[in-house]
Amino acid sequence: MDILRFATAGSVDDGKSTLVGRLLYDSKSIFQDQLDAVERASLARGDDRIDLALLTDGLRAEREQGITINVAYRYFATPKRKFIIADTPGHLQYTRNMVTGAATADLAIVLVDATKGLTDQSRRHAVLLGLLGVPHIVVCVNKMDLVGYSREVFERITAEFTAFAAKLPTSHVTFVPISALHGDNVVTRSPEMPWYEGGPLLHLLETVHIASDRNLVDLRFPVQYAIRPRSGAHRDYRGYAGQLAGGTLRPGDEVLHLPSGITTRVAGIDTMDGPLAEAFPPMSVTVRLADDIDVSRGDMLCRPHNAPAAVQDLDLMVCWMGERPMRTGATLLVKHTTRTARALVRDLRYRLDVHTLHRERGVGELRRNEIGRVRLRAARPLFCDPYSRNRLTGGLILIDEASNQTVGAGMITGSAVPVE
Amino acid sequence: MTEMATGYQLSHLEALESEAIHIVREVAAEFERPALLFSGGKDSIVMLRIAEKAFWPAPIPFPAVHVDTGHNFPEVLAYRDRRAAEIGVRLIVASVQASIDAGRVSEPGGRWPSRNRLQTTTLLDAIAEHRFDAVFGGARRDEDKARAKERIFSFRDEFGQWDPKNQRPELWNLFNTRIRPGEHIRVFPLSNWTELDVWRYIAREGLEVPSIYFAHRRRVFERDGMLLAENPYLTPGPNEPVYEATVRFRTVGDMTCTGAISSTAGDVESVIKEIAATRITERGATRADDRAGEAAMEDRKREGYF
Repeated sequence: MDILRFATAGSVDDGKSTLVGRLLYDSKSIFQDQLDAVERASLARGDDRIDLALLTDGLRAEREQGITINVAYRYFATPKRKFIIADTPGHLQYTRNMVTGAATADLAIVLVDATKGLTDQSRRHAVLLGLLGVPHIVVCVNKMDLVGYSREVFERITAEFTAFAAKLPTSHVTFVPISALHGDNVVTRSPEMPWYEGGPLLHLLETVHIASDRNLVDLRFPVQYAIRPRSGAHRDYRGYAGQLAGGTLRPGDEVLHLPSGITTRVAGIDTMDGPLAEAFPPMSVTVRLADDIDVSRGDMLCRPHNAPAAVQDLDLMVCWMGERPMRTGATLLVKHTTRTARALVRDLRYRLDVHTLHRERGVGELRRNEIGRVRLRAARPLFCDPYSRNRLTGGLILIDEASNQTVGAGMITGSAVPVE
Repeated sequence: MTEMATGYQLSHLEALESEAIHIVREVAAEFERPALLFSGGKDSIVMLRIAEKAFWPAPIPFPAVHVDTGHNFPEVLAYRDRRAAEIGVRLIVASVQASIDAGRVSEPGGRWPSRNRLQTTTLLDAIAEHRFDAVFGGARRDEDKARAKERIFSFRDEFGQWDPKNQRPELWNLFNTRIRPGEHIRVFPLSNWTELDVWRYIAREGLEVPSIYFAHRRRVFERDGMLLAENPYLTPGPNEPVYEATVRFRTVGDMTCTGAISSTAGDVESVIKEIAATRITERGATRADDRAGEAAMEDRKREGYF
């Protein structure tokens, strides 16, 4: 059994919460006392039926306003997989929360209301998911019951989405016609839509192949923490702990240390459960090196002929999350892998209209929830890959030093960005 | 149970463990004075094992802290001391009784005289006294709807308060650890674990847990639909007859607010079977402290609770 992390994008109106509720309910992941509590809350609010959205909208403010504000994490499992759902709000003013929920997702579900067709919101969700490099997108065309389970409606929306998605960095897109309310094609195949040849949504979630989405080619081991007991039985032990961000690593492998440029060998890969013959992402391990070289947090181990770029001038797409707008000339902190550096905003090249993909040039600032192409100058080199090549060595966060808030998410450009 | 990696794919427990180890190391690397909350409950037992693994062969580089309400089950306290000694981790006990004696808080009365809420003051006092800047908690997002919305690195202001509407975005495996003096971060390495994951991990690791997690004979009485252990801090009412039953505890908290469940599950494998089949959440089944209202957990967390 492995884990599939998926994000849901859409709003209450699209039936997102109903869909999540149904997945949880039909997989027996909602407990009786949770249902009772939701029923009580629904009745107290004067609803005439149980509102499954209350299962995911956990904060007082969300219940009072009837909207999702924050990312809610939900868990369920079938005999095939454990699922982690990042249930994200759909509205424009919560773009930053959707970005948060989708950053680590293997797959994202985009809800489209069959009665409305593709909306500005669905287009924005597709753009964001493309930008975040979510490898698999499942477009659920919902409320099929309200359009008479019409094949034409489904095919029109499919064609429209496909045409729009062609302009985006490629994810693998699948379409499923569903009715979350009645359960059509959610967990079981719908008898109402014999023309649909694919499997129900849950089957798709259980079987989508995600192992090859990780980068197992380029060794990237950001050094997180040096382990040096200095006393006891292991007084001379010196190991470098971290989580593999790419590639595979075996004892005996030749590795290049950055920033020194020194080449050495892996003497051993340790865990408390014993030494490993091989490590791969996302394993957390401790690496011993054959030579006594100066290694510290923020350094990187890679292969001699396959190293990330060591760059101070960064070109990236930024989703701005700060309360105050980002302006050219501002100084920020960049946290990238295990390295943190001060950085200057040199240039805001354009703002991306997330509905039309239009590039607005000459804009002076990037406001909260906006996406833009930005140039940064870092105070020391960062060991980067394009985000499209590796989400872990291509992604970074921006921190405001005065407020200590996380004010932005950055994706280092490569082919993950709409081509100029 | 077989949980082996196949074809560069981690099992779900291995992936959860790796994520948790990464989080624990990140705290050790970026904070000066971390501490790990250890109650002797199953979640903190797993968290302590994760910390052992994160730094092996070096010892855990921070102390364990227990907020002792004075109403804990004696079996759990004995386990707590034994486990801390085995691992060689320094154990700091912060006492709610001491907070009461010092006049910092006062003992509640009534039918539910629980010291649950008082723990917040004792915890925040301990954080201030020891100047902890990061505190690990074993809370999981599947426990409660407010916790489902909480970040893994959860910022607390100088009053220890959580502001659910003003949380730092968390992307990839990057965590913002910056704080000002007096503020701190609560860190939840088991955020993505479920109750079942915790028990499967206990089975996989062969971890010892306090005996009250397994079925045993105990004198109990019913109050508001909950099965409470006969104990020195609660007096059963005239309509609350005390009788002996075979029970176990699904969560470990105070004797005054932790309910038992009828169960014959006598070992880890039977507990896993029982939980896999249950239709009631662990907190719904057994915690009076969560019954104080629709947003009981959110309200306590805002004040600085675990």
